[in-house]
Amino acid sequence: MSMTTTSAAAIGPLKQLPPGRYSIRDQMRSEWTKLISVRSTIWTLGLTIVIGIGVSAIATAETRSHWASTQHGGFDPTSLSLTGVFISQLIIGVLGVMVMSAEYGTGTIRATLSATPRRPGVLVAKVAVFGFVALVVSMVTAFLSFFVGQALLTAPAVHATLSSPNALREIVGTGIYLFLIGLFALSLATLIRHTAGAISTFVGILLVLPTVLQALPNSLQHDIVKFTPSRIGIAVLSRSGQHPYAFSPWVGLAVLAGYTAGLLIIAGVKFTKRDA
Amino acid sequence: MIEATGLTKRYGDKLAVDQLCFEVRPGVVTGFLGPNGSGKSTTMRMIMGLDLPNAGDATVNGRHFHDLAWPMHEVGALLEAKAIHPGRSARNHLLMLAESNRIGRRRVDEVLELVGLSEVANRRAGKFSLGMGQRLGIAAAMLGDPEVLLFDEPVNGLDPDGIRWVRTFLKSLAKEGRTVFVSSHLMSEMALTADEVVIIGKGRLIVQVSIDELLAQGSRQSVRVSSPDIGPLRSALEAEGAATSVEDDGSLTVRGKDHKEIGELAARLSVVLYELTPQTESLEEAFMELTESSIEYRGTNAAVANALKETEQ
Repeated sequence: MSMTTTSAAAIGPLKQLPPGRYSIRDQMRSEWTKLISVRSTIWTLGLTIVIGIGVSAIATAETRSHWASTQHGGFDPTSLSLTGVFISQLIIGVLGVMVMSAEYGTGTIRATLSATPRRPGVLVAKVAVFGFVALVVSMVTAFLSFFVGQALLTAPAVHATLSSPNALREIVGTGIYLFLIGLFALSLATLIRHTAGAISTFVGILLVLPTVLQALPNSLQHDIVKFTPSRIGIAVLSRSGQHPYAFSPWVGLAVLAGYTAGLLIIAGVKFTKRDA
Repeated sequence: MIEATGLTKRYGDKLAVDQLCFEVRPGVVTGFLGPNGSGKSTTMRMIMGLDLPNAGDATVNGRHFHDLAWPMHEVGALLEAKAIHPGRSARNHLLMLAESNRIGRRRVDEVLELVGLSEVANRRAGKFSLGMGQRLGIAAAMLGDPEVLLFDEPVNGLDPDGIRWVRTFLKSLAKEGRTVFVSSHLMSEMALTADEVVIIGKGRLIVQVSIDELLAQGSRQSVRVSSPDIGPLRSALEAEGAATSVEDDGSLTVRGKDHKEIGELAARLSVVLYELTPQTESLEEAFMELTESSIEYRGTNAAVANALKETEQ
C-alpha cells in the first residue's frame, strides 16, 4: 500500500468551504450517479421497455393470426397493444423498490446520510431523479408498445393511429399509470426498507389483493375493487373510459397519485425520524 | 472538536449508551476504547446524526451534524467497512458522494491514490476484500478533506501492512491539526496509535485519560511464586508491605516486591520455591480490569488508579 501524504493545505477555521450549503441540486446529481452507476438498474430499465413491447407484440400478433375466425365487436386495437404494461409494471415496481431498499441492504444509506444528513432532501432528490427516469421509461414503453402493436395489426385487422378516438388518452394514461406504480413501489420501500418485504407487499397489493377481494359478496366487491391499483390500470386501458366497476381513467389515476403521495408523506416522516 | 454531553441511547429496555460525556480535541489521536457491544459504534452513529439520542447531545465543532453546511468538508467518517453497493465501482461510489457536496472528480482520484485503490477503482466493490472495503471507507471519509474524522475499528480486516499504514495515517492527520477519533476494542492497538483514550464499558464512561498516564498505570510488575509452603511466605511478604493474591492453581501473585527480594526472603525463611517468575501486566490486562469492573468510576484520572487497586483485592 502506498503512503501518500494528505493534501491538507489549511485545516480548521482557515479551510475554505464552498459558499452557501449543499442543495437539492447537488443531491440530485448524486442520486443520478447512483442510479446510472449500477448495471442492474440500467438492465431493469431496459427490461421494462423491452418486455412491455414484447408482450404487447405477442398479444397483437396472436390476435392478428386468428383475425378471420373471431368476432371483433368492441375491439380496441390501442388497449390490445398496451397489454405488456401489466408485466412492465412489475419490473418498474421492483426497480422502484430496489432504488430505496438497496441503500439499506448495502449500507449505502449510512454513507448517503453522512454526506447529506438533512433527510427530507435525500428523499426528495431520490424521488425526483427516479421519478424523472420512470416517467421517461414509462412513456417510451407505452408509445413504442402502441406503435409496434399497430404495425403488427395488418389488414384485414383493424388498427389504430394516434388520432384514433381515445388512443392518445389510453397511451398517455398508461404511461402515467406505469410511472405512478414505480413511485408507489419506491414509497413502499422507504417505509419497509427491506427488499424482500417491500417486493412482496408490492406484488401483494398489485396482484393478490384483487383476487382476495373476489371473496367478498358482489355488491360490496364492486365498490371496493375499484380502489385497487390494478383495477385503475384496467380502466385506463378501456376505450370508452367507462368500465362498469371502476373509476374513469383520469379519476383513477388521481386516486393512484393520491395513494402514492400519501404513502410518500408517511414514509418521509418515518424516514426523517428513524435511526438509519 | 467533538463533544458529547449526557449522550444516551436506549434500544428497548437496553441502555446502549448511558449519559456519556467526553471531549475529543484537535491535534491528537483520541482512541475510543471499550469491549465489543459497549456502545462505541452507537455513539459514533449519534455523532454522525444516523441514530437519534434519547437524551443528551453530540456536537461537532459546536454544531449538530445535520446543521453543517457542507458535511463532508467538515466531518469525515468510516463507520462500517463495505457499506457500499456491490454493483457499484469504487470510483462511482466516491463520485456520487463527492457530487452531493460539490467535490470535484480530481479529488476522487486523489483519495483513491491516497488509500492505494487507484488500480481497482473501476472494479465493482462487491469483489473487494474487507481490507479494500476499509480503505474505500477511509477514502470516502477523506473526500472533503475534513477537519474532524471518525473511524470505527479502521484496522479490522487489514493485513499487517495495512494496519501499519492506518496507524501512520491517523497520526499524520492529527499532526496536521485535525480532530481524529478512532474506536477499537484493542488496547494494544490504541497504545500504538492514540495520544489519548476515552474508555467506556456498558455504555458508560469509565475514564478519559492520556495514553502516557494509562501506560504508567498499566505497566505494573508482579511476580508469580509457587511453593509447597506458601502460607508463611505470604504472611512474611505482606508483613513487608507487598500485596499478594492466591491464584486458582495455588500459586501466589505478588506485587510490590521484585523477584530478587522475594527469593532472598524465601531463603531467609528456608521456604522451598518451585517457581519465581517476574510478570509484566500488559496494558491489555489493565484495560480488561477497567472495563470488567465497569461501574461507577468516571471522569477523573484518579479513577484509573482506583479501579486498578479495586481489582487487586
